[in-house]
Amino acid sequence: MVRTVHDQPGSLGSPAGRTAGGAPPLALRKRWALFVRRRRLAPYLLVLPSAAVIAALVLWPTVQIAIFSFQNYGLPQEIGSEPAQWVGLGNYSQILHDPEFWLALRISVIFAAVVVPLTLIVGTLVGLLLNRLGPKMTAFVSSVAMLAWATPVVSASVVFVWLTDPDGGVVDWFLTKLPPWLGGGAHWAGFSWTNSALPAYTVLTALLLWTGFPFIAVAVLAGLKTIPEEIHDAALVDGAGPWRLFWRVTYPILKPIFLLLLLLSVIWDFGVFTQVYIVIGGLGNRDEYNLGVYEYSKAFTMPPAYGIASAVAFILTIILLIITVGYVRASVRQGAIQ
Amino acid sequence: MTTTRLKAGAVRPAARRRRFAWSRRTRRIGLNLLALLVVLFTLFPIFYMVSTAFKPATEIYSLTPHLVPAHPTLGNFRRVLNGSVIGYPYWIFLRNSLIVTLAAVAASSLIALLAAVAVARFRFRFRTTYLIMLLIVQMLPQQALVISLYLDFRSLNLLDSLVGLIVVYTAFALPVTIWMLRNFVAAVPREIEEAAAIDGAGPMRTFWRILLPLVAPGLVATSVFAFIFAYNEFIFALTFLGVDAAKFTLPIYVQYFYGRNGADWGAIMAASTLFTIPVMAFFLLLQRRLTTGLVAGAVKG
Repeated sequence: MVRTVHDQPGSLGSPAGRTAGGAPPLALRKRWALFVRRRRLAPYLLVLPSAAVIAALVLWPTVQIAIFSFQNYGLPQEIGSEPAQWVGLGNYSQILHDPEFWLALRISVIFAAVVVPLTLIVGTLVGLLLNRLGPKMTAFVSSVAMLAWATPVVSASVVFVWLTDPDGGVVDWFLTKLPPWLGGGAHWAGFSWTNSALPAYTVLTALLLWTGFPFIAVAVLAGLKTIPEEIHDAALVDGAGPWRLFWRVTYPILKPIFLLLLLLSVIWDFGVFTQVYIVIGGLGNRDEYNLGVYEYSKAFTMPPAYGIASAVAFILTIILLIITVGYVRASVRQGAIQ
Repeated sequence: MTTTRLKAGAVRPAARRRRFAWSRRTRRIGLNLLALLVVLFTLFPIFYMVSTAFKPATEIYSLTPHLVPAHPTLGNFRRVLNGSVIGYPYWIFLRNSLIVTLAAVAASSLIALLAAVAVARFRFRFRTTYLIMLLIVQMLPQQALVISLYLDFRSLNLLDSLVGLIVVYTAFALPVTIWMLRNFVAAVPREIEEAAAIDGAGPMRTFWRILLPLVAPGLVATSVFAFIFAYNEFIFALTFLGVDAAKFTLPIYVQYFYGRNGADWGAIMAASTLFTIPVMAFFLLLQRRLTTGLVAGAVKG
């Protein structure tokens, strides 16, 4: 029925089409346009380029990682002198018996467990603070905070390494000047922060806090702005202190935002690579690897073991995907997909 | 009766108000001091980077660090700009970074705009699937994908070339760009497009003449995110660009520089200052619009 109407060249959707359609043979372009419209192909054609690019450069490589993780992909396979062979779960069992893997996994988990709450707490406190300031001060402080967020990761990492440098770094100098009851003293002179895991990850904690809190603060502030002032006033009249006010009023209202921020922070901090790579000084110190750097070192130090690295990468991806599922569900519940 | 009560009531609130005003004043000062502390914590690393870049070597390695250089010098910048430390001047790396970043931003903005129109204007079969796919793709760890992309690009002969990086950055900037742009497209009233169609404009004309100018501010905001991502990207550049230092982008240059000249902090800080300042200037210029976009993204998911 609909088809027969549209089959007549004179009845295109727009008046312009009607006048142009008078010529008997439709130009190829016109016919194509007609085809697209009749089959309702427009959205698919519009989505096609992005879907193709993402499929080729993100989805397919993910599948490849899964495939490589079951193969003995190494240097001979890379240069093509030998074909890759299936080794079943060989790569996985090799990893699970590698103490360095467990060390790296432990470092990643502990690091995320420390940095995520710290960033969330500091970010939320700054967000609450911004909400209480005058409008000009709020604008000023949030612009300054966003500068930290906008600082390139490589610059921020290099600067933090310089701040904690044993020769001439300002942190060691400051710690030697600190009174002993605050933990200061001469033993801090020339203290090297990057030679072992604990001090290195202390620097990394400060670094990720520094880059991470502005985003949380600005997001929390945006959430706070959506809460009507009457609700806070009513709670204050009822005699609620700031602690109760936060946990009984603010937090329940902003819970969806906090959930999203929590999941995003876990994904970012568990999967952190660049900052760790720079602060621990490349791939030299094996006992300072986190999971991402461990995986990278398997693939890109001689001799390359792409199969084993892919197995680690696949484990990392699966862990992050599990958290991402939570993130997607929280986003959908927030009404992100309309 | 009523008058006495009014009087009694009038005195007490006034006293309370005064006390309240006093405590409010101290609280406001306290809050502003806290805010100042936040500002200092945030600015100190940036300030110290710039300050070190202007210090002569004797001051950099002195036992008591100075906040401000006592004898500021441009020597560090000179060494970075003329390339005496690494063999290539800074401009080469800036050029590489700009080529890669601008090409990736242009390509991803164009492709994303098409997708955003589809998602914001049409209901189609795999729409929800597509949107969820974008959310998931955003979260895939790049240090995992770099393995297979390295091997693929190796066989395609795209390593050690800026084209390879452009392609990868375009793909990885797409999800966020589409996700943010669709809100801007959805904000353009459909009636305007319908009016244009009634006036005889075809879909192409409607797109170029009506939709594009109206979405342009949104396009600027989202492209800044793509810009920051591509300008800062580290893992792919580190892995793909290995052999030829003349192909390095700025992040790799700063890192390589730091790895090689572990002791020359003056030059390293000068290099990272030159790397950082353009982003910050760019960011401050567009800050208000950006924060709105960022927040919209955060609050809406």
